[in-house]
Amino acid sequence: MIILEDVSKSYSTGAPALNGISLHIEPGEFVFIVGDSGSGKSTLIKLLLRELSPTSGKIVVNKVDVGKLRHRKVAKYRRSIGVVFQDFRLLKDRNVYENVAFAQRVIAVPARQIRKNVPSVLSLVGLAEKYKSRPKELSGGEQQRVAVARAIINRPPILLADEPTGNLDPKNSWEIMKLLEQINKNGTTVLVVTHNREIVNAMQKRVITMKKGVIVSDQKKGGYIDED
Amino acid sequence: MRISSFGYTLKQGIKNIWSNKLFSLATIATIAACVFLFSIFYAVVTNFQNIVRQAQTGVAVTVFFDEGLDDARIQEIGQEISKRAEVSRIVFVSAEEAWDSFKENLGEYVDTFGEDNPLADCANYEIYMNDVSMQDSLVSYLQTVTGISEVHKSANVATALTSVNSLIGYVSLGIIFILLAVSVFLISNTVAIGITVRKEEIAIMKLIGATDFVVRAPFLIEGILLGMIGAAIPLVAVYFIYTNVIDYVSTKFSVLSSILVFLSADQIFYTLLPISLIMGVGIGFLGSLFTVRRHLRV
Ligand SMILES: Nc1ncnc2c1ncn2[C@@H]1O[C@H](COP(=O)(O)OP(=O)(O)OP(=O)(O)O)[C@@H](O)[C@H]1O
Ligand SMILES: [Mg+2]
Repeated sequence: MIILEDVSKSYSTGAPALNGISLHIEPGEFVFIVGDSGSGKSTLIKLLLRELSPTSGKIVVNKVDVGKLRHRKVAKYRRSIGVVFQDFRLLKDRNVYENVAFAQRVIAVPARQIRKNVPSVLSLVGLAEKYKSRPKELSGGEQQRVAVARAIINRPPILLADEPTGNLDPKNSWEIMKLLEQINKNGTTVLVVTHNREIVNAMQKRVITMKKGVIVSDQKKGGYIDED
Repeated sequence: MRISSFGYTLKQGIKNIWSNKLFSLATIATIAACVFLFSIFYAVVTNFQNIVRQAQTGVAVTVFFDEGLDDARIQEIGQEISKRAEVSRIVFVSAEEAWDSFKENLGEYVDTFGEDNPLADCANYEIYMNDVSMQDSLVSYLQTVTGISEVHKSANVATALTSVNSLIGYVSLGIIFILLAVSVFLISNTVAIGITVRKEEIAIMKLIGATDFVVRAPFLIEGILLGMIGAAIPLVAVYFIYTNVIDYVSTKFSVLSSILVFLSADQIFYTLLPISLIMGVGIGFLGSLFTVRRHLRV
């Protein structure tokens, strides 16, 4: 599903953010990516989203050679990937329903279908009642659940999450992780970048540990590797 | 684009306009000024042209004949002149007719002339042309015709009118051009602000997989709407101003009614309306397209 072969990425300044990464992720896997700050986790996510292009190496997602992807094919490619961020990135001037519906509107899903899909995905994330609320009227955990709903409403085969629990308390963090696990059980391949050691250790999923732009460990049912 | 996403795009475009009202207003005002001036100039210039055209049909060259020229030769000359391309119509004025019309103008003083016709040799042709600009070539031809003693050109009012007319045309074109540039600049700024304000939203749209077109369309719609509103306002204003002004002028200066033949508002707007709307929409579309291309790297 996701294949990286000897992928490097250098920004114009400083040492390479990624330095020769190779990685295979199978369909339906749930993978944690952990590592120090600055180890290149977000850079990896951006490469998968084709926000950035690799300096060298090959990235294949869903049989698409992402490095060679033409500009006008990028939009279509991104529809196969849902994404969730630490800071939620909701539209503050719109209510929950509109934030989720937005993801379907911009890819021109017929209105009738949107009216059916949004309530069903909102109830999946447990926010059916709050559909009229604005983001600022929601707790952090609720906002992140809206973001997750938005990420999965178009039914992408892959879900990427860059520190989805970074701004949340332990209880909400657990709820979001459980939600991601449930989405994974429904067949979506899930990649979660996180610093939450407790959750990583408890969930016993595949754990990829990065350090200074390289993968230092890749465990099948792993835990958080402590630096010290 | 599907209907549903067109509705969405339109809504976003309107939202953009609303969310930075000040710039939107400034843009609408400039386009309005631009279209307003254009409409005024258009109305003036087309009326002017119309008046000139009316005046031109009345412009005539007059030719007089050598003393004692016989009627047969005069008729021959008439036929020759009629064949010229410049000529639309030719009227023979006999000495008697010339005298009669002169007497009318003279009024009571006419008696001093007694029964003689002092214009005995004043039989002439009044030659009406298709176009006053052809007057010179016609006159030089007439001067070569044997039997013609004198050629009177009409006063060059019509020709003068024509050159004033084109001067007005050039000046207004210049002003309109400057205003167009200002409008494009303002639209460009308005749209650029909209893009900055909606940066977040644009970034999310792109991540979700919105095509470039879907990302850009609301801003293009914004520009087009601004242009349309900017054009519509002055058109309505000009319609009312125009109908009132021609009403006023034709009643106040009814003496000049034979010269001042105004086109009706409907005649003017038949062409003005589509041109102005296209102009407004065009400025709006180009202004925003230009900005979107520059500021919205997708
Ligand atoms: N836009 C950029 N321009 C230059 N350097 C960058 C840019 N983005 C990231 N970097 C550098 O690349 C390296 C990897 O950054 P990255 O954001 O991938 O780390 P990370 O693992 O996500 O860290 P964190 O856990 O703090 O989010 C860092 O050294 C960072 O300074
Ligand atoms: Mg990061």
